[in-house]
Amino acid sequence: MSREKREGGGLLLPRRQFVRTVAGSAAMLAGSLAGAGTARAANPDNLPPNEPEWAKALGPGVDATPYGMPVSYEAHVVRRWVPWLTASSESSVNFTPLQDLHGFVTPNGLCFERHHGGRAEIDPADHRLIIHGLVERPIMLTVDDLKRMPSESHFYFCECAANSGMEWRSAQLNSVQFTHGMVHCAQYTGVSLRTLLDYVGLKPNAKWVLAEGADAAAMTRSIPIEKALDDCMVAYGQNGEALRAEQGYPIRLVVPGFEANMWVKWLRRLEIGDQPWYTREETSKYTDLLPDGKARLFTWVMEAKSVVTFPCPEKPLNGPGYYTIRGLAWSGYGRIKRVDVSVDGGRNWQTAKLVEPVLPKCLTRFELPWRWNGEGALVVSRAIDETGYVQPTMYELQKVRGVESIYHNNGQQVWEVKPSGEVENVRLKYAS
Amino acid sequence: MSVSNMRPEGLVFGLAALVLLPFSGVAGEDFGLGVTPTPEQIAGWDKDVRPDGVGLPPGRGTAAEGEPLYLEKCAVCHGEFGEGIDRWPVLAGGFDTLKHQWPEGRPEKTVGSYWPYSSTLFDYIWRAMPFPEPKSLTPDEVYAIAAYVLYLNDIVGYDEELNQDNFAKIAMPNRDGFVPDTRPDVPVGGEPCMKDCPVDTTIIGRAAPLQVTPEDKKEPAVD
Repeated sequence: MSREKREGGGLLLPRRQFVRTVAGSAAMLAGSLAGAGTARAANPDNLPPNEPEWAKALGPGVDATPYGMPVSYEAHVVRRWVPWLTASSESSVNFTPLQDLHGFVTPNGLCFERHHGGRAEIDPADHRLIIHGLVERPIMLTVDDLKRMPSESHFYFCECAANSGMEWRSAQLNSVQFTHGMVHCAQYTGVSLRTLLDYVGLKPNAKWVLAEGADAAAMTRSIPIEKALDDCMVAYGQNGEALRAEQGYPIRLVVPGFEANMWVKWLRRLEIGDQPWYTREETSKYTDLLPDGKARLFTWVMEAKSVVTFPCPEKPLNGPGYYTIRGLAWSGYGRIKRVDVSVDGGRNWQTAKLVEPVLPKCLTRFELPWRWNGEGALVVSRAIDETGYVQPTMYELQKVRGVESIYHNNGQQVWEVKPSGEVENVRLKYAS
Repeated sequence: MSVSNMRPEGLVFGLAALVLLPFSGVAGEDFGLGVTPTPEQIAGWDKDVRPDGVGLPPGRGTAAEGEPLYLEKCAVCHGEFGEGIDRWPVLAGGFDTLKHQWPEGRPEKTVGSYWPYSSTLFDYIWRAMPFPEPKSLTPDEVYAIAAYVLYLNDIVGYDEELNQDNFAKIAMPNRDGFVPDTRPDVPVGGEPCMKDCPVDTTIIGRAAPLQVTPEDKKEPAVD
């Protein structure tokens, strides 16, 4: 078990989760520590000039794992959830481990899950998509029917409107996975929704589409027809394979740039109407309460946002020297134009390099070289999208929206790097 | 669209669609895929209810009839008085709290204090409740349970009958509490400050030392 030994690494789980899980979840704690990024004690027998053990014996054959899994040393890279956040696991959320991802694609098994009635597991032979309402001819399609139609493939980010929702009042969760992990980015393959709507023929008064899931919650959202005819898709593929059950297998709606709740999973029905339905998820939930007691309705677009994923609370620094600050940026309005990074809390900024490709409504990776002098630092990023919109500070957001609106928190995230190399989620005053 | 691949009837449909589809703009390919669903097949899934009452099924119920159903099927999560157990949604009360802001107070968004339309209550109970047994209620049971939830919020009387004709007409207290999306609502555009920016970088909040007990309902809920 020498590989499990570590030279250092602090307690990186959020305190509240640690309090609740420390007794029974040693494995999870170990997993989190393994992701800390600090140097692990190596076995000198495997280091030069010695031949390592794997160079002196055969490994498993080609078919040992017919569906490949990550190597055991990456077993800590998993989705995590906060048990106290929700009343039950069936109506809950878990989080993408952004701190351990590379590039801009999220592996399918790591895409955050948000269910309202548990994960439906559907036999595609027993699944149908009905399109009806204000159409020339209603239709009922099988999954095979959809696969016979022309397909499209596009990379898009998918972000829950409540991502960073716990951070409105102040710095709350000491983890980038928990503050920003309700986002993923994948290549979706399926049929353009416009193709389907053209096929059934819209009546002149068609203004809205109700999308409904086949799950226990029968998730329903109203989507304006302009968006439905623009870039929405009925997807059956994700990152080259069939959708995972937790992502809506056999088919889900893809609504690029809009809040993930509208990306209805396990899609079974599209009703065309002349007005919105005002369903529970677009009135009681997913509305943004402001300090004057009024709430914004139909706040669909996820505005430009970014976060530094290294360093972060899960990935501390290991002594002064050269590092590459890394992060992710995205905008529901299109491409990321620029990302600036500051290591002094926003007093001075440098423009980071955007790693190609930079695609619209897609996660974009940014990097900035950094020689850390070992002193305390405040690392923060701000995204600018192609509309010229600049990601605001939390102070600017709170001035307008207060702290009780839950959704659409796209404020700048500040990490404090301590002289020890540990990293903490902090909130700055900015102005008085 | 490839006209050469289309059968004659597809061409006719396509041309008709060209005239009738101002929004989609172009006629669709006639794939000849799928079947026409029967009215019964559509009706079996088309259970949504709109604020104008479209979609409400025939039926009736009162809060008095809903009370035992609510206590049997709903109170385990939502509480006998709609107060919410643990982290489950609070259904009643919260009036005049929507302007409350942490740390002085907090808004309590309930059916009575927040929901703009009664139709949403029927629609949601019918499709998604009770949580462990969704789609198990009859229309009469939904009318009765919805009436009881509205009664807990002092919106309808205990013996007042709700039905297909009057349910959507119920005046919800926060009907006018919603406004359109006016984002972007923060300074937009222009070149942001790059050097010697006038910001106060005093740390006023830290995540690590927090010791909040989640059961105290002081945290925003996800449900």
